[in-house]
Amino acid sequence: MSDSAINKVGATTGNWLDERLGASGVVKGFSRKVFPDHWSFMLGEIALYSFVILLLSGTFLTFFFVPSAAEVVYDGPYTTLAGQHVSEAFDSTMHLSFEVRGGLLMRQIHHWAALIFVVSMIVHMFRIFFTGAFRKPREINWVIGMILAILAVVEGFLGYSLPDDLLSGNGLRIAQGIVLGIPVVGSYVSFFLFGGGFPGEAFIPRFYTLHVLLIPAIMLALITFHLILVVVHKHTQYPGPGKTNSNVVGFPLFPIYTAKAGGFFFIVFGVTALMGALFTINGIWVYGPYDPSPIGAGAQPDFYMGFLDGAVRIMPGFVEFTVWGHTVSPNIFLPTLVLPGLMVTPALLYPWIEAWVTGDKREHHLLDRPRNQPTRTGLGVMAITLYTLLWISGGNDIVATHLHLSINDITHVLRVIVFVFPPLAYLITKRICLGLQRKDREKVLHGRETGRVFRTEEGEVFELHAPLSANDRWLLVGFDSPEPAQALPATDSSGVRRPGGALEKVRQKISKFYFEDRVAPVTPAELAEAHHHGDHEEISASGGGDEKHAISSGH
Amino acid sequence: MSALAARRRHPLATALIVLLGLLVTGVGYAAVMPSTADASTSTASADDIEQGKKLFLANCSTCHGIDAEGRNQAPSLIGVGAASVDFQVGTGRMPLAMSGPQAQEAPVRLSDEQTAQLSAYVASLGAGPSIPSQDVLDPEAGDASKGAMIFRTNCAMCHNAAGAGGALTRGKFAPNLDDVSYKHIYEAMVTGPQSMPVFPDTTITPDEKTDVIAYLATIRETPNPGGMALGKLGPVSEGLVAWIVGLTLLIGFAVWLGAKSS
Repeated sequence: MSDSAINKVGATTGNWLDERLGASGVVKGFSRKVFPDHWSFMLGEIALYSFVILLLSGTFLTFFFVPSAAEVVYDGPYTTLAGQHVSEAFDSTMHLSFEVRGGLLMRQIHHWAALIFVVSMIVHMFRIFFTGAFRKPREINWVIGMILAILAVVEGFLGYSLPDDLLSGNGLRIAQGIVLGIPVVGSYVSFFLFGGGFPGEAFIPRFYTLHVLLIPAIMLALITFHLILVVVHKHTQYPGPGKTNSNVVGFPLFPIYTAKAGGFFFIVFGVTALMGALFTINGIWVYGPYDPSPIGAGAQPDFYMGFLDGAVRIMPGFVEFTVWGHTVSPNIFLPTLVLPGLMVTPALLYPWIEAWVTGDKREHHLLDRPRNQPTRTGLGVMAITLYTLLWISGGNDIVATHLHLSINDITHVLRVIVFVFPPLAYLITKRICLGLQRKDREKVLHGRETGRVFRTEEGEVFELHAPLSANDRWLLVGFDSPEPAQALPATDSSGVRRPGGALEKVRQKISKFYFEDRVAPVTPAELAEAHHHGDHEEISASGGGDEKHAISSGH
Repeated sequence: MSALAARRRHPLATALIVLLGLLVTGVGYAAVMPSTADASTSTASADDIEQGKKLFLANCSTCHGIDAEGRNQAPSLIGVGAASVDFQVGTGRMPLAMSGPQAQEAPVRLSDEQTAQLSAYVASLGAGPSIPSQDVLDPEAGDASKGAMIFRTNCAMCHNAAGAGGALTRGKFAPNLDDVSYKHIYEAMVTGPQSMPVFPDTTITPDEKTDVIAYLATIRETPNPGGMALGKLGPVSEGLVAWIVGLTLLIGFAVWLGAKSS
C-alpha cells in the first residue's frame, strides 16, 4: 500500500470511530494536556501500575485457586507434605505453585506487587505531605488516597490469609484475637465474621469474595476518582522560573507522557517480575498447612501490618482490670484498634487542620519545599518515626537474633523510645529545616561561598561570595511563609464583636506553635540593603561583580 | 495377736511404711522405665572412663565440680548421659568460653577420641541418654512428611518452620538448624540442651526422631523452588526486600525517566 492509501484507511477508520464515539474532542483535549516532569510525581504511578499488575496476576491465580476449607489429602510432588490432611485452599495453592507452569512465578509476582503497591502508596503519600500537595483544592484527593491505603492493607491481609498455610493461619488467629478484644461486642463480631467458632470453614470463601470482588471493585472506583481529580485539579508543580500558581509547565500527554507512562508501566512490571523470579515470597510449602495448635517462630504479618503487631508486642499487660466481676482487657484493643485510629484520624484531617491554623483559603498549585514548612515537615517525620519504631517492634524477634540482643531489653527500650523518639524527631527535623532556611537566606543576601579567601594589604581577611543567578534566587525567596495568627481586638473597626472566642484562642496558640520561630524569606528591601552593604567592601583587586564579605565585619 | 500387729501403732511404723512405699515405687519405676544408658556404658572400656575422668578434671571440674555434682551456675552432670556430653562438647558449646545468656556453638576444642572418653566418664556417673547409633540417624530410614508434622508441632515454635532459628527470652535463642549434624540434632532432642525441652523416647519415639531428621535432610537438600530464600525468615525480610530492592530500583527508573526533560 502506498502512503496515501494508508492515510486514507486511517482517516476513514478515525472518522468512523469519531462519528460514533465523538472521541476526537476528548483525545484532542487529553493529548494536549500538560503534566510537569519530576521523578517524585511518578511514585503514585508505581502504585497505579502495581494495582494493574495485581489485577492481571490475581486473575491468573483465580483460575487455579479453590476457595474452600474442605479437607483433602495432599498427594502432589512436594514430598515433605505427602499424605498430610490439608484444606482445598492450601492444596490448590500448592498445585498452582508446583504443578501449574509459571504458577509459582505468578504467585510471587502477585505477592511482590502487593508489597510494592503499599510501599509506593506510602512513599507517594510522603511526597504529597511534605510538599503540601494536599492543600486546597486537593483535600478530597488526600482523603481518597488515605482510604485507598487503608483498603490496600485490608486487601493485603485478606490475600495473605487465603492460602490457609500455617503462617497465614497464625496471622488470622491474631486478627481474630483483635476482633475479640473489641469491648462488649467482640465475641459477636468474631462469630459473625467466621460464621461460628475459629477458624471454621466459612472464612476462606468469605475472604475470597471480599479479596477478589468487593474490595478491588471499591479500590478501582476510588482510583478512577483519584485520577479524574488529578485531571480536574491539574497537576501540582515545583516552584521555579516561569512556574506560577495559575499555569502548569511541562510536556503534553501525547506523545511525551504516553510514551513515558506506558514505558514506566512495563518497567514496573519488569521489576516486579524480576523480584518474583529471584526472591521467594510466602513459601507456604515450608510453613505447611494451617492447624490451630502449632506456631512457627518468626510468624509475622506482611510489613504494612507490622506496626500493629509491634504495638501489641510492646503493650504492657497490666492495663487489664476487673469491674463488677467482669474482666476488662484493653491490652489488645488499645494497640490494635485505638492506636491506628489515633494515627489515621489526624492524618486524614491534616489538610483541614493546617488550613484552619493558617487561615489560608487560597488554592495552591505550587508545591512547598519541605524546609520552608518546618513544622509540617517535623510533624511528618514524627509520624514516620512512630510508625517505624512500631514496625521494628513487630520484628523484635528477628532484631534480637540478628543483632544478638535480648528480646526483653528491646521491648523495654521500645516502650520508652516510642514516646521519646517521635517528639525528638520532630524537634531535630524542625531545627534542620530552620537551619537550611537560614542558610538559604544567607545565600540570597550574601551569595554563594566560593571558598576563596583573600587578605588585603591592610591585613583584612575576607571570603569571596558569588551572587546567585536570578533564577536560583527566586527559588529561595519566592515562597509563602505564614506568620503566627495575631490576637485581634475583640471588636472590629465598626465596634461589632468578632466571632470566634475560645476556639480562636486555640487557633492562635497552634498558629504560634507552627510559625513562631519561622525564618522569613528575604524581602526585596533586605536584598537591596545587603547589596548596598556589600558595596562598602568593594575592592579593586577582586573579580568583577563578586560580592565580598570581611570575616572581621561579623558575617 | 502377733508381734507385728501389736506394733502397728508404733511411732516409727508410718516412717517405715513411707520408706517401703518409696522403695517399691523406685524399684518399680526402674524396672518399667527403659534404660537408655547401656549403649555407651557397655562399649566404653575402663581405660576410656579413666582417661575421661582426667579430661573432666582438667576441662570441666572448675565449674561442674570435682565430683561433677554441679556448682552455682553449672548443673550436675550425674545422669545427663553420654549424649549430652557428645552434644555439648561436640558442638564446641563446652567447655564454656564465656558466660552469656546461653552456651553458643563454637570451634570444637576436644578431639573426637577425647569427647568419646569424656562421654564415657560422665555416662559412668549415672544412667542417661546414650549417643545414638547410626541407624536412627539415617534420613533415608525416616518419613519426611511425618517428620514435617512432628517438627511443625514440636519444634517450629522456637526454631521456625524452616529451621531458621528464632528468638527466646533475655538474649537466648533457638539456633538455625541448617548446619547441625543429624547426630547432634538427635542428641539435642533426647537431652534438651540450654533452654530446649527434652523430648524423651516416650514423647517422640526413636522412629519419629528419625522422621524429623528425614524432614530436615529433605529441606536442606531440596533446592529452594521460589528463588533466593531471604534467610527463610518470612515477612520481615520480604518487607525489607520490597523497600530496599523494589523501591530503590523503581525510584532509580523514575529518576532516570524524570531527568531527561530538565
